[in-house]
Amino acid sequence: MRPMMSWLPVAPNFRADLGVALESPNPTDCLERLASLAQHRLGYLETIQLDRALGRLTSEPGSGFTVVRLALLASSTVDHLLPAIRVAGLRRRLLIDVHKGQYGQYRQDMLDPASSLHQFAPQFVLLSITARNTIASVPLTATAEEVDEAISRSIDELRLLWRKARETFNATIIQQTFLDITEPLFGSYDRLVPGAPARVVMELNNQLPKVAVLDGVLLLDVARASERDGIDGWFDTGSWLQGKLEVAPEAAPSYGEMVSRIVAAQRGLSKKCLVFDLDNTLWGGVIGDDGLEGLVLGEGSAAGEAHLALQRYAKQLKERGVILAVCSKNDPAIAKAAFNEHPEMALKRSDISAFVANWSDKAENLKAIAAGLNIGLDSLVFVDDNPVERARIRHSLPMVAVPELPQDIAHYVRCLADAGYFEAVAFTSEDRQRADQYMANAEREDLFELSGNLDDFLRSLQMSVVFGKFTPGDLARVTQLFNKTNQFNTTTKRYSAEEIANFAAAKQTVTLQFRLLDKYGDNGLVSAMILHPDPKQVEIFEIDNWVMSCRVFGRQLEFEAMNIAVEQARCHGGKALRADYIQTPKNRVISELFPNLGFFPLDRTPGNGGTSWFLDLAKYIARSTHISRQGT
Amino acid sequence: MTDQEVLDSFTRILRDLLLDDSIVLLMETRRQDVPNWDSFNYINFMVAVEIEFGVKFKVADIESFENVGAIIAETQALVR
Repeated sequence: MRPMMSWLPVAPNFRADLGVALESPNPTDCLERLASLAQHRLGYLETIQLDRALGRLTSEPGSGFTVVRLALLASSTVDHLLPAIRVAGLRRRLLIDVHKGQYGQYRQDMLDPASSLHQFAPQFVLLSITARNTIASVPLTATAEEVDEAISRSIDELRLLWRKARETFNATIIQQTFLDITEPLFGSYDRLVPGAPARVVMELNNQLPKVAVLDGVLLLDVARASERDGIDGWFDTGSWLQGKLEVAPEAAPSYGEMVSRIVAAQRGLSKKCLVFDLDNTLWGGVIGDDGLEGLVLGEGSAAGEAHLALQRYAKQLKERGVILAVCSKNDPAIAKAAFNEHPEMALKRSDISAFVANWSDKAENLKAIAAGLNIGLDSLVFVDDNPVERARIRHSLPMVAVPELPQDIAHYVRCLADAGYFEAVAFTSEDRQRADQYMANAEREDLFELSGNLDDFLRSLQMSVVFGKFTPGDLARVTQLFNKTNQFNTTTKRYSAEEIANFAAAKQTVTLQFRLLDKYGDNGLVSAMILHPDPKQVEIFEIDNWVMSCRVFGRQLEFEAMNIAVEQARCHGGKALRADYIQTPKNRVISELFPNLGFFPLDRTPGNGGTSWFLDLAKYIARSTHISRQGT
Repeated sequence: MTDQEVLDSFTRILRDLLLDDSIVLLMETRRQDVPNWDSFNYINFMVAVEIEFGVKFKVADIESFENVGAIIAETQALVR
């Protein structure tokens, strides 16, 4: 089966639309048109066309696009994968600059400081290595121990490359899993013969994740994808023989999509919230018409079980940190009754962090959901069985992801899973608790409505902050916070896990992490800051970046955090703080942050339309807040 | 499908692939006659033809097609 991106809508006028984009005299307009075309289901040829058009753009990208450098180092021909990677990047407003290593020269490229790879200075290194060499090193008669040794040698060689890539480039490393390109030799008995090629590939793929997790390396799991699509979709003997293409050309669009998802996830661009329609989506039937007892849901009917399966999948997503919401044209009381009273519902009202049921326009409701949850519209995925509603949302809110659902409810889960909206590069304790925290947030806001007075409200929360240097156990969360936060993010600098670890270890650098607690529980690690002394004037500390989760906006944490930062800077001999605010489409919420904290504008401009700010610590007046302090 | 119809499709595919609407293919056109139709784009072209016509060429044929006419003849044979 040819891998197909079935969740994307087809582009009805691809050629004509591409022509319009290419003729646009305005490069910004052209790029926007190409990005919009990239949102569609593109075949092999269309992907190449779009990539060529993208390549013709020579001017600097406009706002809202991010340039990322990725090196693809491979033991086989990969030229056909590059357009797909770039087009899938464009789908996420990432302009991925792909450096392709010399065919089979990845070791030399990595080790030679004069290689073009070193000049390129990749932020991501993707290693695409064949299993062929390992297979060749194992005789069919090898014992299990001999095979283990051969596997270890191959894996150790990869780890050496990973270490080298990390030391040299500080890059995020992505290792491709091994495609099973072998043919059966013993039949089903292959898996029982240590030296059988299929068994060797299996062992390689078993060992790889164990060391990848130790080394902080991400996986590009083409082996799993080929199991889902069928190996014939991913490996084609003819293409291998003709040009040493280990990934079949027809799989290129899917390959690019998978790569781009990982890059986007690392950059905090994965979706955050799954919004469901109700009637004929979460359950079969129309509750307003059919009543509670008329719904098709649960055991006893195939369609009912399929709707239940969708709910269960949503619940699993919630458990891994995806926020769930409901947006339905319904009477709210009737819709909520189903959650509370229908015995077969897997999703409960408490699983839904934002519940909107009314008769107004769904686009307006999605805006309200995003605003209520304090996340961007581009963090939403909207699942609706109705093609008219889907088209309307795609038209009026193009930044919302709207999967093109299959006709049959049986395949809804597969479609949602294949779309990969929630690609992750970590799974932290914050992820596990996120949905509950958003739920608690809703309760806090209810409380706000009751008390009415902001000061009283904040006092009633009984907040306290736990703060200190970045601690080893929290490095993953700190890295994630810097890379996923878009709104309260002063410079939108992103860091690899290695860089964060280096900052934490550096003597001169002041790192600060903040955890906010209140009477409803622990909000988790919600803010982090990095301060470097200016090498020329060590008494001036520069805020390299400062992020805060939108969960705790409006809670005075920014004031208490600054009080703490000033104290810490003083402890390190600081006399002043300096900070840049680099504006992005998403961080306007903090455009007045530094003046509000008492900083003065500086003449110097950091570029990118940013502003620079200065705070004389001698003149700093600590703000009193409703947040008490705990710990260090 | 007539040979001319297949030729028209091939022309469109190659124009799309190389983003060059000035390309005109004839039965006797060879790869080296078309600017930028290098070996990599030859593979791309064959893949695009295979997808569009729902056929799979033999590896021996792919490396020995003499000109566009030969590819069309084989495509016609496979479609039938």
